[in-house]
Amino acid sequence: MFDDLRDLYQEVILDHGRKPRNFRRLEEADLSARGDNPMCGDRMELFLNMEGDRIADAAFQGRGCAISMASASLMTETVKGKTAEEARWLAAHFRELAMTGSCPDCGGRMEDEMDRLQALSGVYEFPSRVKCATLAWHTLNTALDGGKEASSE
Amino acid sequence: MDRSLRAGFDVQQVRQDFPILSTKVHGKPLVFLDSGASAQKPRAVLDAMLRMMETSYANVHRGAYHLSEASTAAYEAAREAVARFLNAGDVREVVFTTNSTAAINLVAHSFGRGVMKPGQAVIVSEMEHHANFVPWQMLAQAHGIEMRIVGITDAGELDMTDLEAKLADGKVGLVAITHMSNVLGTVTPAARIAALAHAHGAKVLFDGSQAAVHRRVDVQALDADFYVFTGHKLYGPTGIGVLWARLALLEEMPPFLGGGDMITEVTREGFVPAPVPAKFEAGTPPIVEAVGLHAAIDYVTSIGMEAIEAHERSLVDHAMTRLSAIEGLEVLGQAQDRGGVFSFGLENAHAHDLSTLLDRVGIAVRAGRHCAEPLHVRVGRDSTCRASFGMYTTHEEIDFLAEALTSARRFFA
Repeated sequence: MFDDLRDLYQEVILDHGRKPRNFRRLEEADLSARGDNPMCGDRMELFLNMEGDRIADAAFQGRGCAISMASASLMTETVKGKTAEEARWLAAHFRELAMTGSCPDCGGRMEDEMDRLQALSGVYEFPSRVKCATLAWHTLNTALDGGKEASSE
Repeated sequence: MDRSLRAGFDVQQVRQDFPILSTKVHGKPLVFLDSGASAQKPRAVLDAMLRMMETSYANVHRGAYHLSEASTAAYEAAREAVARFLNAGDVREVVFTTNSTAAINLVAHSFGRGVMKPGQAVIVSEMEHHANFVPWQMLAQAHGIEMRIVGITDAGELDMTDLEAKLADGKVGLVAITHMSNVLGTVTPAARIAALAHAHGAKVLFDGSQAAVHRRVDVQALDADFYVFTGHKLYGPTGIGVLWARLALLEEMPPFLGGGDMITEVTREGFVPAPVPAKFEAGTPPIVEAVGLHAAIDYVTSIGMEAIEAHERSLVDHAMTRLSAIEGLEVLGQAQDRGGVFSFGLENAHAHDLSTLLDRVGIAVRAGRHCAEPLHVRVGRDSTCRASFGMYTTHEEIDFLAEALTSARRFFA
């Protein structure tokens, strides 16, 4: 009945949505931030441990739809080991991917990472769901900026 | 024979009257199950509003010329239609507002600050829409009024024992309770609530936003003091709502909004308010919308509120049977007396994912907290999906919803 929604809900999304990776609290994390979609009730808390400028560990906890949980799960996997600058670059280009379905500006940088994130690009056809996918990345930016509260409303 | 025919009216005939119901969504026939948020409009409402603007529109209560008199007559005829619809004792008891929210805010400001005294209390329930919750929180903050929240039972019914306990000290000035929950579908025992409130010296307000759509409301039989509803859920236009209140209360209450039409005299030193209901209708009112509401009331009463109620009871029974048979699906609220509103959660499927799926096959449901966050905390859910019925909803649409939910469960399994 819902076969044409497989572009949005690819197997990797359903898998990460059901079993989010890095789904735990980092006690005494160097950086943390809360993300909130007040309209739909998606909520998450992101934890980062830093080694110098590099993200040594990333984890999250939260509740929300499959898209928001899968996006947070994939995000934590993707940014581990990245510098803050690389993570911000990924956040900016993921946003472009989620809003337009493609990333012509990516120019081949971090190609493997962007390929994995491509799984979420289907949301661009669902305007009300884009914010579900971008919440984790907004929260990442907020944490890296030393902030505490993020919202993708 | 079709089940709806047995229930007293022909749902297919009714559907013909609603132009939007023949549209398609993603190439699929629209299955509109979000009437609890806002209902669709019959042709009669659209025509009445257009005809008024084409033939007899001008501002009301102002001009001594033909069009203004025609417009005023149409506006006041709408007030009379509302008075009959609610069985009001006096047409002056009907105040037009912009929606239920505005009507409740009017009461919170005018009765709350102008009649109630600091130290008194307002009672609301745990299952209120934010529209009947936040205005009382604002009153509590601004005017030293205590806000008490009556609980609900696990079945989703108003806890009458708790209500009585919270009334016991005699400090309560007003009990403000929904007549039908927009999340649980629970129809509250309004006459019993009113009797209990009155026995403890409190006035009673019913939020009829949902209830007035689904069954006949008789404010005198309920012994209500205030009753509010909104036009757009009653198959009428947006921008028009109703506050009904006892004449003596409206006369005692100070004006809320100031401006034109609500005065009899204005001098540099002050003003003399107009008699009710004009006292509470400052500014140019929603004239065309009032005419649209009149047409909506004529439409539902021509079909008959009893026939609509019977049809919806049949839908509710059918939905309960179909939905409770779906493995992993939990319907919130098991009230004995309930209307056509079903909020539910499906195992392993978040409400937003579910509504995206349902939309893809043409089914419109609401996902989220339905403006009732305290209630969602009470039932321990972040969000739910809600299917709400209108007079045009069919048994087949409910079957299709059940089929789609079963399929959605497999999708997310």
